[in-house]
Amino acid sequence: MTGQAAACGPWPRRIVDKAAWRAASDLLAAGDRSLLGLWGEAATVHLALFDEAAGGIEILTLDCPDRTFPSIARVHPPALRLERTVRDLFGLQPVGLPDTRPWLDHGCWGVTHPLAIPPGPAAEPGRYEFLPSEGESLHQIPVGPVHAGIIEPGHFRFTANGETVVRLEERLGYVHKGIEGLMAGADLERGAKLAGRISGDSIVAYGIAFASAAEAASGVEPPQRAIWLRALMAELERLANHFGDVGAICNDAAFAIMLAHCGVLRERTLRIAEASFGHRLMRDLVMPGGVATDLAGTAEQQIRAFAAEASKRFAWLVALYDHTTSLLDRTVGTGVLSPAEARLYACGGPVGRASGRTFDARRMPGYAPYDRLRWEVPTLDDGDVNARILIRMREVEQSLALILQLLDGMPPGPICAALPTPSGATAEGAALVEGFRGDILVWLRIDGDGKILRCHLRDPSWFQWPLLESVIEGNIVADFPLCNKSFNCSYSGHDL
Amino acid sequence: MRRLLLESLFGGPLTEAPPLVDEASLAELAGAVDRAARQRLGRSLSIRQVDAGSCNGCELEIHALGNAFYDLERFGLRFVASPRHADVLLVTGPVTKSMREALERTWRATPDPKWVVAAGDCARDGGLFAGSYACVGGVSAVVPVDLHIPGCPPSPTALLRGLLALMEKPASV
Repeated sequence: MTGQAAACGPWPRRIVDKAAWRAASDLLAAGDRSLLGLWGEAATVHLALFDEAAGGIEILTLDCPDRTFPSIARVHPPALRLERTVRDLFGLQPVGLPDTRPWLDHGCWGVTHPLAIPPGPAAEPGRYEFLPSEGESLHQIPVGPVHAGIIEPGHFRFTANGETVVRLEERLGYVHKGIEGLMAGADLERGAKLAGRISGDSIVAYGIAFASAAEAASGVEPPQRAIWLRALMAELERLANHFGDVGAICNDAAFAIMLAHCGVLRERTLRIAEASFGHRLMRDLVMPGGVATDLAGTAEQQIRAFAAEASKRFAWLVALYDHTTSLLDRTVGTGVLSPAEARLYACGGPVGRASGRTFDARRMPGYAPYDRLRWEVPTLDDGDVNARILIRMREVEQSLALILQLLDGMPPGPICAALPTPSGATAEGAALVEGFRGDILVWLRIDGDGKILRCHLRDPSWFQWPLLESVIEGNIVADFPLCNKSFNCSYSGHDL
Repeated sequence: MRRLLLESLFGGPLTEAPPLVDEASLAELAGAVDRAARQRLGRSLSIRQVDAGSCNGCELEIHALGNAFYDLERFGLRFVASPRHADVLLVTGPVTKSMREALERTWRATPDPKWVVAAGDCARDGGLFAGSYACVGGVSAVVPVDLHIPGCPPSPTALLRGLLALMEKPASV
């Protein structure tokens, strides 16, 4: 694929014509490339492609002087919601888009195409038509946006035949906060704070992704110690979330003892994070150039003691899970995601790795310090709720081992490098970082004064939410919480 | 399972002593909560949590209130699934415009007497998201708020302090 090159560290970005854009959609449809992201700007669209065989990432850019671009979703469904979003936010029209309903725009922003220049006039909230289901004895169950539990808001429209779900349709966008709009014009410090508030469970992961993109754009190398401290924080975050998820999934099968014990492990993880870095969720600690806080005085011994204790106790919980047949009866064979579908959507995180995907951004494209550590990427092919639990359990074991290696190898030295004075020229950077949920993509362009011109952040949930609709089909309504929790997609990360 | 149960039986509780009630919260509540309503409710409150656009950080810490360390229910506080069963709405987030109607409807569905607790820095004034085209900016712009619990997110202890203040008689009245 040829085209004019643009500077975007660390991957190539090429400006292409419509023919090359269409050729890219054919590559996606044929499975020769994976879709990493698709996002807009005032008069351009960008497409990030991943060549899994060669391990290369490439960004394609298409100018849209007539405010249209050929739809990728026309031949490659994973692009559908991303293109509906480009349409909502920028008013660029994907030609051939199979579903022209709005996605994030619920008609109450007081403005249309808020990121277009200039934005469009306010529109009346229209009626959102759900996709039809036809057949005898079907009934609909609307759920949300305010759910029964303590979870984020979104709407699920079930169509069921008796107990069996024949269609689930998601409607998201309720927590759209306009973060990409707030990013424009912000300095990198404010940008990092915003990035850390995209999904409260992935504060460190988003922090690293944003900081890495900003460092690629400004050509600064963070100190080694900062890179290792970031990884330590990231693995603590992964542990806390995986503990929480394993407990919560089992609780949705009414196995409350697992939630109680996993809740204790999660709480201990957060307390270790607070003791080590000063905040339970490690808020605002990763910033462009390095990290804000070094390990507190006795933190290393505390983390080592915690890791030993957590390894012992978690092994008991794994054994308890393995030996409770009434629980396995609920999780085995429930909510199956086929490897083919996971591959089509380039589904990341434990959800993808429970369905045959080997992809983990820490390994490929890979980033420091994971290339210096010994660890495995656990995978399974079953794709059911059980597999998604087992993958998380294996990843807990990996993270506990990684934490000890990170402490062993922690290099001395400074924890933050000063960002260079803005060069006066625009600069771009991108990063792909593995959060507990999967790969987070950040693409950033800064102007000559170091202010953000455009920042796009793509949550792994974009390629997981559509698959949840698929795996629930043929399952009973009562198993939806199990399926949903075993995916644990982000609402806030998706809605932005 | 036997090992876990035995250990829980003989290991001693993890649950910690309750935190002191937050003086600032008490002062804020002094005018807002009337004594008669307290008597009717006794020392028990049902809470309905509403995420009105938070990043999910507040929800994670609200969840933590249920774990063995904080054990919310020992105070007579419990989370309920429907606003119809609730005395308190615990609202998080900068209130996105797309959640405004859902929040208003949830508030109207909650029977009187009721209180609204806004948790987190976003819920006070929109926080970092203030000024966005997609956010209303603060819970009090949509429904009347009786108590703010600050923090990004508030720790479980801070949440507990604020909620306990709702149940205590304000010292100054």
